[in-house]
Amino acid sequence: MKQAVILLMLIFSTGCSSWKPWVKPYERGNLADPVMAFDRDPVSTKYLHHVYDAREAARGADGSAGGGCGCG
Amino acid sequence: MKYLLFCLTGLLMSLSLHAKELSGPAPDFTLTDLEGKKVRLADLKGQVVMINFWASWCGPCRQEMPLLNDIYANYKKAGFVLLGVNVDESVADAKGFLAKTPVNFPVLHDGNGKVADLYKNQAMPSSFFVDRKGNLAYLHQGYRPGEENEYKKVIKKLLAQ
Amino acid sequence: MRARPRAAQMAVPVAVAAVAERPSDRRLSLGLLLAVAWLLLPAAVQALVLPEDRADVLYHAYDGGGVKVDGPSVLVRKGYKEKVSAYANYYQDFVSSASIDVLTSGSKYAEERTEYSLGVDYLADRAMLSLGYTHSSESDYEAKTINFGISQDFFGDMTTLAMGYSRGDDEVRQNQDGVSVPVGEAQKQRYSLGLSQILTKNWIIAFSAETVVDDGFLRNPYRQIRLIPNPANPGVVRWEFERYPETRNSDAFALRTLYYLPHRASIRLEGRTFRDSWGIKAENYEIRYTHTVRSRLLMELKARTYSQTQADFFYDLFPEEIGTEGVFVARDKELSTYSANSFGMGFTYEFGYRLPFAKKHSLSFYWDFIQFDYDNFRNALLSREEDGVPARYAVGEEPSYSFEANVIRLFYTVNY
Repeated sequence: MKQAVILLMLIFSTGCSSWKPWVKPYERGNLADPVMAFDRDPVSTKYLHHVYDAREAARGADGSAGGGCGCG
Repeated sequence: MKYLLFCLTGLLMSLSLHAKELSGPAPDFTLTDLEGKKVRLADLKGQVVMINFWASWCGPCRQEMPLLNDIYANYKKAGFVLLGVNVDESVADAKGFLAKTPVNFPVLHDGNGKVADLYKNQAMPSSFFVDRKGNLAYLHQGYRPGEENEYKKVIKKLLAQ
Repeated sequence: MRARPRAAQMAVPVAVAAVAERPSDRRLSLGLLLAVAWLLLPAAVQALVLPEDRADVLYHAYDGGGVKVDGPSVLVRKGYKEKVSAYANYYQDFVSSASIDVLTSGSKYAEERTEYSLGVDYLADRAMLSLGYTHSSESDYEAKTINFGISQDFFGDMTTLAMGYSRGDDEVRQNQDGVSVPVGEAQKQRYSLGLSQILTKNWIIAFSAETVVDDGFLRNPYRQIRLIPNPANPGVVRWEFERYPETRNSDAFALRTLYYLPHRASIRLEGRTFRDSWGIKAENYEIRYTHTVRSRLLMELKARTYSQTQADFFYDLFPEEIGTEGVFVARDKELSTYSANSFGMGFTYEFGYRLPFAKKHSLSFYWDFIQFDYDNFRNALLSREEDGVPARYAVGEEPSYSFEANVIRLFYTVNY
């Protein structure tokens, strides 16, 4: 965790000069396609993550926003 | 600390605004419309031109289309032209959208983004307003509901010149 | 970059990180981190958009290892003036459980769990703020969770930074002779950080990190561990309640990437690593291929592998008396060394028939098959005498447990 924090700080400290986006706004067509969404159907992903969380010891960083549910 | 201050002033200066005044001649271009006819910007000198960059995959662009159609209908007779410059890589995507939401103003296809590059397009949608002399007057980036009133204000001002 | 300013900026993260060693200080250090990160971010044209309006009605079903759970999940989301978007979710589990834990120490049971969630996303001047509340209740467990989140785009909106915090207050109860008796409370906190970056017009990558801090009553009040009271007589076993630590801290890091393939397809790769203060180390990897056919049908194929090592205090069979204090013991198979490999497939079909008030509507179906293989959790049922028939295996020599599960998701979506 410590290393991740330091890396992030470095990234942001170098970003002060105006960075011109190398992917122009009008080139974002493919990225806007539903196949390029990390989470197309939140209600469905939420359930599948619940299935994993209930049976696996690992939790967190699963791509879902918001907090987990402390379900028994 | 001094470095941080330099950074912050740099940030503020590089801040892009939603709307800004422009100056200088509007870069000329020739594009083909969806029926295959060539349209050249310089030919429209004497009229007020609104160059609207849009794409079928861009939500706010789709949202403002019917409103742009209304604006075109209202001001056409006073010497106003709206050019819809579509940047979809595939023209079929644009045609698909227009089949469901037809418009009456000319729609030009800029599939490889050459004209978008020429105008240093930084946001989608972007609307460049050109006065009767062929000079850039105004730029509006993005679209939120209600902003079509800003478009109308600019068009009326340029038509009065 | 000049050397001195860089050193000055490095001092902050190192100081922040140094303080983060103790769990209670993590909160303070993370707060510091958030504040400093915000100072450094450059302004950009506001490009964040609220999630789209939609309503989903989902039927979910899980069947595996003697456990059957199914039920509905309904989600409705609506935005107002591109400024605010609110959602509500109603979820239910109808449980019928004859799992291996249940069968070794009790009998089959049925249970019902209901969960409500409400949340709102607000587009402030340059950031998106999120707030949510979830309430889950069943006869012997109640959980109330609130969560906050903030996210912002910058570097020409190619980068998105998101931070989140959630806090849950749980009440653990035990059903004793038909009465639900409180046995403890637990507090669960999560701190998360996410960074996503557009690399090319066809490629995005996202990194996420999440720290979870649990305090309180963390074990299942029903589960028991088996032990050998007299090592000279290893065939005789006694069952006792588990003993868990009162805290659990964990860190998880994940990397996800999506690459666009010609004609509306994509490949998605994901990897996550996890470790916690109970000694568990886990990792999982997933690959997904999504493809659109004729613009109406979207199909998805995926494969995932998960593996973990056991908690320090996991014992399938404790070799002696536990003693009066200080020793932690658990027999939860979720804390053992095991792997879970799965594959899945599904589709979403967008209907051609247009609904008057909607942009589009679709039906989706997803099926996942998961194979659980435990390395050091044994099937304790196989060393038991059943109806006078002697056990096939000696205690501690039963084969390790494994089972398969099928997970189904069927849902109808309306976008308006």
